[in-house]
Amino acid sequence: ARSQGSLGKGLLALLSRDTLDEEAWEDIETTLITADVGVAPTQELVERLRTRVRVEGVTADQARAILREELVALLDPTLDRSLKVERKGDQPAVVMVVGVNGTGKTTTVGKLARVLVAEDKHVVLGAADTFRAAAADQLQTWGERVGVRTVRGPEGGDPASIAFEAVKQGIDESADVVLIDTAGRLHTKTGLMDELGKVKRVIEKSAEVDEVLLVIDATTGQNGLTQARVFAEVINVTGLVLTKLDGTAKGGIVIAVQRELGVPVKLVGLGEGADDLAPFDAEQFVDALLD
Amino acid sequence: MFDTLSDRLSAAFKNLRGKGKLTDADIDATAREIRIALLEADVALPVVKEFIAAVKERAGGAEVRGGLNPAQQVIKIVNEELVRILGGETRELRFAKRPPTVIMLAGLQGAGKTTLAGKLAKWLKESKHQTPMLVAADLQRPNAVTQLQVVGERAGVPVFAPEPGNGVGDPVEVARQAMEEARTKQHSVVIVDTAGRLGVDEELMKQAADIRDAVTPDEILFVVDAMIGQDAVNTAQAFLDGVGFDGVVLAKLDGDARGGAALSIAQVTGRQVMFASNGEKLEDFDVFHPDRMASRILGMGDVMSLIEKA
Ligand SMILES: Nc1nc2c(ncn2[C@@H]2O[C@H](COP(=O)(O)OP(=O)(O)OP(=O)(O)O)[C@@H](O)[C@H]2O)c(=O)[nH]1
Ligand SMILES: Nc1nc2c(ncn2[C@@H]2O[C@H](COP(=O)(O)OP(=O)(O)OP(=O)(O)O)[C@@H](O)[C@H]2O)c(=O)[nH]1
Ligand SMILES: [Mg+2]
Ligand SMILES: [Mg+2]
Repeated sequence: ARSQGSLGKGLLALLSRDTLDEEAWEDIETTLITADVGVAPTQELVERLRTRVRVEGVTADQARAILREELVALLDPTLDRSLKVERKGDQPAVVMVVGVNGTGKTTTVGKLARVLVAEDKHVVLGAADTFRAAAADQLQTWGERVGVRTVRGPEGGDPASIAFEAVKQGIDESADVVLIDTAGRLHTKTGLMDELGKVKRVIEKSAEVDEVLLVIDATTGQNGLTQARVFAEVINVTGLVLTKLDGTAKGGIVIAVQRELGVPVKLVGLGEGADDLAPFDAEQFVDALLD
Repeated sequence: MFDTLSDRLSAAFKNLRGKGKLTDADIDATAREIRIALLEADVALPVVKEFIAAVKERAGGAEVRGGLNPAQQVIKIVNEELVRILGGETRELRFAKRPPTVIMLAGLQGAGKTTLAGKLAKWLKESKHQTPMLVAADLQRPNAVTQLQVVGERAGVPVFAPEPGNGVGDPVEVARQAMEEARTKQHSVVIVDTAGRLGVDEELMKQAADIRDAVTPDEILFVVDAMIGQDAVNTAQAFLDGVGFDGVVLAKLDGDARGGAALSIAQVTGRQVMFASNGEKLEDFDVFHPDRMASRILGMGDVMSLIEKA
């Protein structure tokens, strides 16, 4: 059996062949499945590719470009992936960061703050994770690292009131952006999911929430779709962040997630450092997925 | 998802019902459904292939035997194969002949290591009457040390944390000092929490190996998120090669991920899952049950009831 690493190269080689035999089709499927694209989307893609190869009478060489094209199209490069982080009148933009446990929410808040500070924005962080041990300390360390203030409360305190406090602080300080870090929660925990809805509602007493970023770990398999569905039901998700793309996982699940939620991947996490955050680029993502 | 699997298998088995012997076509149809189910449960593709091949081979000769028709026999074979790969009987933690027993935790970022450190400590203290000490050897992640201190306090066990972390201090040196500390204070178990790292990060993998060499662990546990997808095999292999591990802990099993990674990792590395971490609280911890996991991966609760219907 070929090792995972060489599969992509093998795929390109196979697609460059004159004819696409069954083995070649199976290898295309392998590449997609091992990238966590999922069985059903993979089968759909392969079917479409087969049809186009048949109907358009393309050469195997062109088929390679078509697969890439189909994947890029699935991710819709025309979607607006910009973040709403502009002040609205006398109010700061408010961004909430949500997701299941350990995906990289707090780190993403830190990195995002860094980007915003570099754009000369005045940023306030809100530590609305009062549950995880030392979560507020972790966020505050990030805040100090990038030079912004963190509003925090007691461990075990009410996350909604800390979020409210942070937004109030943002308003008082005439901040441009308030970033709210929330506790990781599995989508299956209804109590915690309700709490998330409450945090948003309480913030909305004083300011509009402009962005709700759902953070998905690139290593996540098919459960990612279920997670995204439930989060989107509870809170109006406006963008996805795909973290840990610096590892060997391809993050193919976001293709299905973006399609199902109709919400674009906006950012990618590429490491643990403050500068390891980048805008999502559909073509780059697809190239890495097929590599 | 569970429903689809039941539906699929029901459909596949409808044709098998009442037959005395399985044809190759029957077996192929069944194998296709099982393949999809395994992939949807995040079992790694190469592992799925091997698994299906093994099931097909065993199912080939299936005849009406022991009151089970061929369809029922296929399900039984699938279940047996799953449990076999997952490790059959649960393995016990190995304790050192001369204490302290050293347990080192390793894994990807955010997998659940630090939380597990607290759970293990509490469990060892309360159920096994040990006197554990936690070691803060993640000096990298912001406030990883503080987090372990809070966890230790909740578990009611001391935390050895001579360095503040956040980039300050040498984890290998901390590990070394921890052994002296444990001997002086006569702790029976030492649990070393390490920073999350990627399989491809050679530098950090070398650091993990250095920590290992400093403490010579009795058990290195690879902690993995139950939600992980196809990358599980690459990562598990990278940790096996880079630092080695003796057992696996599946974390965040309280969600609804099927946890196919358990099968992938067990098959590819030959290391068993020993513990299940199933919640954020310190008591959300259990020894691993291969039979339950088999049911979970394939929705076998449903599948078993299909036997009755088949
Ligand atoms: N390699 C890599 N590691 C990352 C990335 N983003 C976050 N991490 C690491 O992943 C781990 C978890 O990150 P956190 O930011 O604490 O995740 P979280 O979602 O806030 O976790 P909870 O609040 O516990 O749910 C940490 O060790 C981070 O350093 C990334 O893009 N790449
Ligand atoms: N629901 C649930 N959450 C868990 C479980 N284990 C850990 N967590 C959560 O997952 C997140 C990450 O856990 P940690 O223990 O910090 O993970 P880690 O592997 O030490 O992370 P790094 O040190 O950043 O690599 C935290 O929010 C934990 O509360 C579990 O079994 N179930
Ligand atoms: Mg966090
Ligand atoms: Mg940790």
